[in-house]
Amino acid sequence: MEKVYQRPKTLAAAPTRYCPGCMHGLVSKLMAELVEEYGIAGRTVAVLPVGCGAMSKNLFTFDVVCAAHGRAPAVATGFSRCAPDKIVFTYQGDGDLGAIGLSEIVHAANRGERFMTVFINNSTYGMTGGQMAPTTLVGQKTTTTPLGRDPLTEGYPMKMCEILSQLEAPAYIARFSLRTPAGVRRAKEGLRKALEIQLRGEGFAFVELLSICPTNWGLSPENCLKWMAEQSEKVFPEGEYSRAKEVK
Amino acid sequence: MERVFMKGNEAIAEAAVRAGCRFFAGYPITPQNEIPEYMARRLPEVSGHFVQGESEIASVNMVYGAAAAGVRAMTSSSSPGISLKSEGISYLAGAELPAVIVNVTRGGPGLGSIQAAQMDYLQATKASGHGGFRMLVYAPSTVQEAVDYTCKAFQKAEQYQSPVLVCADGCIGAMMEAVELPEMADPSPMKLRFFAAEKAGETRLAVTSLLTPDETQEEFNRLKAALYEKWEREEVLQEEYLLEDAELVIAAYGVTARVAKTAITVLREEGIKAGLIRPVTLYPFPYASFDRLDYTRVKQILCAEMSIPCQVIEDVRVGVANRAPISTVLHSGGVLFTADDIVDAARALYRKE
Amino acid sequence: MARITIEAEYCKACGLCVSACKKGVIRFGGGTNAMGYHAVEPDETKGCVGCKLCAVVCPEAAIEVYR
Repeated sequence: MEKVYQRPKTLAAAPTRYCPGCMHGLVSKLMAELVEEYGIAGRTVAVLPVGCGAMSKNLFTFDVVCAAHGRAPAVATGFSRCAPDKIVFTYQGDGDLGAIGLSEIVHAANRGERFMTVFINNSTYGMTGGQMAPTTLVGQKTTTTPLGRDPLTEGYPMKMCEILSQLEAPAYIARFSLRTPAGVRRAKEGLRKALEIQLRGEGFAFVELLSICPTNWGLSPENCLKWMAEQSEKVFPEGEYSRAKEVK
Repeated sequence: MERVFMKGNEAIAEAAVRAGCRFFAGYPITPQNEIPEYMARRLPEVSGHFVQGESEIASVNMVYGAAAAGVRAMTSSSSPGISLKSEGISYLAGAELPAVIVNVTRGGPGLGSIQAAQMDYLQATKASGHGGFRMLVYAPSTVQEAVDYTCKAFQKAEQYQSPVLVCADGCIGAMMEAVELPEMADPSPMKLRFFAAEKAGETRLAVTSLLTPDETQEEFNRLKAALYEKWEREEVLQEEYLLEDAELVIAAYGVTARVAKTAITVLREEGIKAGLIRPVTLYPFPYASFDRLDYTRVKQILCAEMSIPCQVIEDVRVGVANRAPISTVLHSGGVLFTADDIVDAARALYRKE
Repeated sequence: MARITIEAEYCKACGLCVSACKKGVIRFGGGTNAMGYHAVEPDETKGCVGCKLCAVVCPEAAIEVYR
């Protein structure tokens, strides 16, 4: 028998530090697989966020630069401009990217910086214990919206792909749901497109991945998947919002 | 050495390029705009990179990224903008990344006035961000010194893998003087080592300011504390002017120290034996210069600063240690000193004696 | 003819692979691993077809597939 699926060597030989069922491990695995498939471990740099995603520092075996909360796109801008031979991606959660780092992601995207952003949207702040995120759904209970997010006082979930797709510079913007194996495969193909844009030096690419937080949602991983199908995928539909453009 | 007539801000920018700076990110704010403007046209000439950041916060974090890539990098701003950069400066210190930050200071607090002032002394020397880190802080008094200490700031930033601050008041930034510019330094990438990465046995590039108990935040902090003590022994710079027979010692830095020198000439013509201690490094502070004074002769200390309330007095007090009375003569909010201001204050003190 | 191997020390028993498997090949194990989880294990009798769905969704990259 031949091994047809194996753990990539670009992941450290240790358990993740993520909670059971957390899809950060899954997303990190997808990136590690792509880095291995393209043979670019020696020139890939992950710019990590503040939040749960920072724990991928010890998961990836390739270069990592840890940024301040929300500032990964600015750090990646400085790094990639100074190291044009490197393949740079930022890895950011929804609070990091959509709240405190909104300015940094919008302007890096608008400059068409040469890096890609992997955006993990699980509608909550995981690391700090489940507070309302910019992507928390209307009515979703969190520790800071104990009665559910009320749009009259807390506004509506922010749709980052739709917001960024208004910009002219990004080469690729897409959202995928990690709910099903097919969704995971589509997500990987989306990440592949974004990575190939980097390999061709064509500028900024953004992939949003709809994820779960069993710990802070207070649901089993299986019930999280049901909630995704019934709730989050309705608000955050899959799709490619901006096709790769010719870069002059 | 090339001798040219340059504006302070532009001289700082050119000095940075000659010191090997190949990345600059900044955000517009008066009175330092000539620095990013100069860098925008100059850096491409030397295969460097200029980015106008969307904010001061983004700019300093771009510098963090550039430094992580091993490139000598700088950002500049003025007082309110430095407050915004404080987060990033703390991260630079925590991640052991070299970078030069220039503060062309103005009046505060809040938006304050856009004119020259020296209102950021405590921020610059005590806490340019959270977490108890320190930075070498150079306060030039002439455009030539702005050039010299910008170059030195790059050397020290690299040597110590630390952010270094050049604290130039708005006068230094705006005035034009003849300066000698140094030769171009080698801009090839810096070779950096990181405590956290070595502790974790990393063979890859791993830049972080997050030290878990495993990676021993306490050990890191002890190393840095030892480094700051080394700075206090080895990196103090000051100018001592006519102290040999001085009975009245003026403490002033930056452009105010130049005015003080003129005042000292006038005072000495009147028979008032005045001298000057000028901190060149605001941190580490030249406490020893004040400690060494012969207090059987020195009767008065006069702090002159473009800051109300006086800030430098907090360090002067430590150095003087109750051995002489300390008075102040102050302006702020864009009101510049004349030599007469200082002469009048000194005369009044002398009459009291 | 196919089979999977599961690195029990990486498994956190989240069950995403159990949900993904159409053949019911994966079950929760009786023992606990070093982290204290009831790591999943393959049931060799259920006829694994090597579809890789379990491995694809595993957040711990703990499953490898042979075919």
